[in-house]
Amino acid sequence: MSRPAPAATRPLVELAGVSKRFATPAPLAARLLAAIGRAGADHALHAVEAVSLTVARGEALGLVGESGCGKSTLGRIAAGIATPSRGRALVDGSPVRAGERKLTTRVQMIFQDPYASLDPRMRVGDALAEGPVAHGLTRAREARAYVAAWLARVGLDPAFADRFPHQFSGGQRQRVAIARALAMRPDILVCDEPVASLDVSIQAQIVNLFLALRRELDLTLLFISHDLGVVRHLCDRVAIMYLGRIVEIGPVAEIYAAPRHPYTRALLASVPRLVIKDGPRAGFQPIRGELPSPFERPPGCPYETRCPLAVARCRAERPALRPIGPVLAACHLAEGGPGGGPAP
Amino acid sequence: MTADVALAVADLRTHFFTRAGVVKAVDGVSFTLRGGEVLGLVGESGSGKSITGFSILGLVDDPGRIVGGSIRYRGRELVGLRAAELRAVRGREIAMVFQDPMMTLNPMLAIGRQMDLALAAHGGRPAAARRARSVEILGRLGIPEPARRLAAYPHELSGGMRQRVAIACALLNRPSVIIADEPTTALDVSIQAQILREMTDLVRDTGVAMIWISHDLAVVSSVAQRVAVMYAGRIVEDGPVTAVLRGPRHPYTRGLLDSLPAQGRPGEPLAQIPGTTPSLLTRPAGCPFHPRCGRATEPCRTAEPERRADGEHGFRCHNPLPEAAP
Repeated sequence: MSRPAPAATRPLVELAGVSKRFATPAPLAARLLAAIGRAGADHALHAVEAVSLTVARGEALGLVGESGCGKSTLGRIAAGIATPSRGRALVDGSPVRAGERKLTTRVQMIFQDPYASLDPRMRVGDALAEGPVAHGLTRAREARAYVAAWLARVGLDPAFADRFPHQFSGGQRQRVAIARALAMRPDILVCDEPVASLDVSIQAQIVNLFLALRRELDLTLLFISHDLGVVRHLCDRVAIMYLGRIVEIGPVAEIYAAPRHPYTRALLASVPRLVIKDGPRAGFQPIRGELPSPFERPPGCPYETRCPLAVARCRAERPALRPIGPVLAACHLAEGGPGGGPAP
Repeated sequence: MTADVALAVADLRTHFFTRAGVVKAVDGVSFTLRGGEVLGLVGESGSGKSITGFSILGLVDDPGRIVGGSIRYRGRELVGLRAAELRAVRGREIAMVFQDPMMTLNPMLAIGRQMDLALAAHGGRPAAARRARSVEILGRLGIPEPARRLAAYPHELSGGMRQRVAIACALLNRPSVIIADEPTTALDVSIQAQILREMTDLVRDTGVAMIWISHDLAVVSSVAQRVAVMYAGRIVEDGPVTAVLRGPRHPYTRGLLDSLPAQGRPGEPLAQIPGTTPSLLTRPAGCPFHPRCGRATEPCRTAEPERRADGEHGFRCHNPLPEAAP
């Protein structure tokens, strides 16, 4: 592994060869086979497989994929709240976690369900003050003013500090969760589907809040979402994940305009669009089939089982992530040049 | 009323009598659904869109009840029917698909057994015919090896497959109306796209009429011919999808459209509707949208606007947006 780059050019977030496996009890049949010395007893769920990526200071990287693709697990590893089975997660060149201990407050996380991430029996003012006081960012007797400033910063009335989480609407509660993360003065926010459970009109308010915070606080964002529209709006680059691996990564404008990987192309085509013309509707071509089980991953390209273009090589050999024009894509068939994806 | 009206809802009121007060979840909803048509019922949480669907099927439980209005299915009044009479309609004439397929599926029954019960409840077909119908409809919804799947339990299926089975259950008795409440919201986009495709094909091939309840304007625009936008228990705008989405007259509909990320320029702030949806316990006087509306004037604060219509395009607003250029 290379030595850390000098601070000036060093990426703020670096994930190097990160994998995460969850051991689960093997099915009885597999255990019996293993007991008589047949077949492997390996029955781990491979949530993330050999992912490497960097995020520059001030950049917003979107992490996109369907349920079970590993995007949340990767986010938790970047945020230092999960330990990778293999590989390293670094912030500014230093590990974010050692063993079971998170080492830095420079990265904070925001979750999809703010109700689940706030203690229902704790006034939000106390919940917001807890971390900053413990880490010496403010003193206990000044905590009230400190908290008030952060509540105001996310567009909430500072008087709300005395309320409990259930006294807020969904959008307000997500603002509280954002204020709590920001009160730790992080450089990096890892946001896991922060607008997915909000109504459309409220979602726009929170997206706008992220846009403003990013600019004003010079935040670096790792933004996990299944909503490709929100990611396009908020992020500079996007990584598409499939079965624990990144299949394509690059600038948002490039990938949305000319996806190189067949999965990215199919995913973009699946997003319902506002149809305001008369004539035939629902004219898209859905991706066929379903996500394979993470226990039974294909040996070749992970997308091969659903890919309309798959050839023999795709079944035999796993494609590496390689530069194709301005992006990186893991597809044997993609070629360089603008719009150089395989012919549909 | 013309002959091809499958469902006519007039001034429907469904209220919930809670300790905190009367929640007027649905408060004066009127619309018609024609045979073979998909009507999109759009709104945010608490707008009353799901309760409207539940009311049609008589699925509103205590402390809620229908306190007024009428629901006519092919001319026959459903409000006030006895439970047994309603059971004969529900599942046979009008069926429902829920957001969570486990609202439909019994986790203790193999799906074939459950489908058989649903068929047997509504007619004396022989067992072999019931089985054939189950296999046929599962296959129609893109379930591979449908005959083998009959033995599967719901937990053995993926989320997308479970929703397909729930839709199959709704279709079993060839209903003429399906009420689909956010049927694809919980699914991944790739599975959503598959199910949207299958359901649009079904409507085309079978002539079933459908109410598609959703918060997602893009989904509704891709499946529905007409749309009704709900806010605080009422329909505030309705009409042909193209007309309403291309030239909304109600500021709320305009606001919903503008707040979609696809409508903005990347990196620029999205247009946002200020404030939050009102509590249905303390609905604002006058137009319920006026506290959030940039066009509100004095009448909006005092008098609730009546529905006005421009051809098929109706809206409830004192200060409607100008008609879109053709």
